[in-house]
Amino acid sequence: MNRRDYLLRKLGMSLVTILVVFVINFMLFRVLPGDPVRSVIGRNVRISPEVQQALREQFGLDKSVFPDQLFDTFGQWARGNLGYSWSLRRPVSEVLMSKLWNTVLLIGLGQILAIIFGVFLGLLAGWKRKTPVDVAALTFSLVAWAIPTFWLGIILLAVGSTWFGLPTAGIVSPENTGKPLHTVLPDLTRHLFLPTLTLTILYLGEYMLIMRSSILEVLSEDYILTAKAKGLSNWQVLWRHALRNAMLPIVTLIALNLGFTVSGAIYIETVFSYDGLGKLFQTALIKQDYPLLQGAFILLAVSVIIANMAADLLYVVLDPRVKES
Amino acid sequence: MNEHWTLFKRNLRDFWKAFHRNKLGLLGGFLVLTAIIVAVCAPLLTPYQPTEIIRDENGRGLTFAPPSVHKPLGTDDAGRDIWTQLIYGARISLSVGFLAGFIAMFVGSLFGILAGYFGGHLDNLLMRITDILLVIPDLPLMLVLVATVRQLDLGISPLVVLTAVIGLLYWTSTARLIRSQVLTIKERQFVDRARAIGAGHFHIIRKHILPQIMPLIVANTVLVLSIAILIESGLAFLGLGDPTRPSWGAMLNFAFDRSAVTNGAWWFYLPPGLAIVWVSLGCVLLGNVLEEMLNPRLMAHHLEGGQSMIAVSGKGSE
Repeated sequence: MNRRDYLLRKLGMSLVTILVVFVINFMLFRVLPGDPVRSVIGRNVRISPEVQQALREQFGLDKSVFPDQLFDTFGQWARGNLGYSWSLRRPVSEVLMSKLWNTVLLIGLGQILAIIFGVFLGLLAGWKRKTPVDVAALTFSLVAWAIPTFWLGIILLAVGSTWFGLPTAGIVSPENTGKPLHTVLPDLTRHLFLPTLTLTILYLGEYMLIMRSSILEVLSEDYILTAKAKGLSNWQVLWRHALRNAMLPIVTLIALNLGFTVSGAIYIETVFSYDGLGKLFQTALIKQDYPLLQGAFILLAVSVIIANMAADLLYVVLDPRVKES
Repeated sequence: MNEHWTLFKRNLRDFWKAFHRNKLGLLGGFLVLTAIIVAVCAPLLTPYQPTEIIRDENGRGLTFAPPSVHKPLGTDDAGRDIWTQLIYGARISLSVGFLAGFIAMFVGSLFGILAGYFGGHLDNLLMRITDILLVIPDLPLMLVLVATVRQLDLGISPLVVLTAVIGLLYWTSTARLIRSQVLTIKERQFVDRARAIGAGHFHIIRKHILPQIMPLIVANTVLVLSIAILIESGLAFLGLGDPTRPSWGAMLNFAFDRSAVTNGAWWFYLPPGLAIVWVSLGCVLLGNVLEEMLNPRLMAHHLEGGQSMIAVSGKGSE
C-alpha cells in the first residue's frame, strides 16, 4: 500500500466514524419516550396543538423516519444546525461556540505544559535510567494514573483556595466579566492556575512514560553509537540525534490523548465551575437538556476524530518510514 | 484433565514462585485484597447504618462533625457517619467496577479470539469496530448513553446501567491484545497437528488456544478492573450513580455538591478519593506485574525497560 492509499484509507475511516457518531446520536434521540417535539422544547412547556403541529413539520417529524428524517437531520448537523437548547433558550450551536474558546484555552494550556514537562522529565528519566530520578518519575506517573481526575481537582481546589487564596470558580472575577480577556490577564491567570495545574499533572505522566521508552529505544540505535564514537558530548548526542527521533511517538499521543483530554475537561470544568464546554456538558446532563447534550457530544466527538486524522497525516509527513499501515 | 491444563497448572506454580518475590506485585495484591475484605465484612466493622443520622444529646443531627473516637472519619452534611458510608460504598464501587471489568474482559476475549482465529471478513469487521470505538471520546459517549437509558424509565437500577455501559465500551484494547496473541498461537505446530487429526474449531479453541492465552486474559482483566473502577467513580461524581446506594464516586458527588470544600470538611472528600486510589493503584500494580510476567510480547521489551501497559491500554476516560 502506498502513501496515498494509506491517507485515503485514514480519511475514509474518519468519515465512517463521524457517520457512526451521527447515527448513534440520531437513534438515541429517536428512542426517547414520548413526542420528540417534547424532548426538544422541554416537558413542562405548554404549547397549543397548532404550534406543536407546526414544530412537528419544522422538525420534519411528519415524514418517514428512514430515510427522510435521517438524511434531513444529518444535513442539518453537517451545516452546523444542532437544534435549540430549551434550558438556555438559545440555539445549541450558538451556545457551543460561546464556550468553545474557553475550553480550547484550558486544554491547550494544560496539554502544552504537560508536553513540555513530560518530554523533559521523560528524557531525564530515560537518560538516568535505574537511578532515583527514574524511579521517582515512574512512581509519579503510576500514581497520577490511579488518581481520579475530579478528585485531584477537588484537592487542589481545597489547598489552593484555603492556603493560597486562589479563586474557586469561573474564568475571571465577577467584576471583570464581559471585559476583553487580554485586559484582565492577571485575574485570568489566577483563575486558570488550578485547573491548568490539574490537567498538567494528569497528562504529564503519560507523556513522560512514552518519552522515556521512546528515548530508550532510540539510544540503543547504531547511529547513537556512531555519534558517541565521533566524540560528541552526551548533551550533543541527546539534543541532535536522540531527541528528534524520540519525539515521533509524542505526536500520535497528542492526538490520541485528545479524547482523554476532553474527558478531563468535563471533570475539571465541573470541579472549578469553569465556563466551558465540559461544564456545559455536565449542566445539560443534570438538566436533561437533550438537544444541548447531543450537540455538545457531536462537537466533541467530531473534533477528536478530526484531530486524530490530522495526527495521522502529520505522522506520515514527519516519518518517511511510514509507507504501510 | 488435558495436558495443556496440566501445563497451565505447572506454569501457575512457577508463576507464584516468581510472583511472591515481586514487591510491587505483592503490594498491589495487598491493596486489592484489603479492599475486598473490608467490603465483604462491612457490617462487622461499624455500629451504624450508612443512612443512619448520628444525633447529639439534644437529638440534633451532628452535621460536619470532625473525626473523633466514635466516628473515626467524622460525619457528613446530614450527620451520617463517613466511615460507615465508605465501607458500604466499597461494596458498590467494587461490585460495579469488577462486574463491568469482567464484562469487558469477556466481550474483549471473545471478539479477540474469534477475530484472531477465524480471520478474514470477521477479523476485518471487528478490527474496524475497535478502530471506531477507540477514536470516539468515551466519556461524552457514556454520558449520553447513560442519560438516554435513564430517560427511558425502564425501571433498571442506575448501577446496572453504569455496569453495562462501562462493560460494553471498554473491551476494545483487550480484544486487540488477545487477537494478536491468538494470531501467533494458531500458527504453531500443535494447532496444525490437532487440525490434521480432525479436531473441530471449538475443540481447538477450548483445548489449545484458551489455555495459552488464559494468563494474558487474567493480567489484562486486572488492568481493565482499575479502569472500570476509575470510570465508575467519574460517572457517579457527575451525578449518574445511585443516590440511595452511594459508591465512592457518588460520595464525592455529595461532598462536592454540599460544599464540603468550603466548609473545610476534609474528612468528607479525602477518604472516598483515597479509597479509589487505593483500589485502582492496587489493580494497576498487580496487573502490570502480571502483564510483565505473563505477556510474551512484553517480555523482551521489559528487559529493555520498556513502557508499561498503562500507556498501551490507555486510561480511558480518566
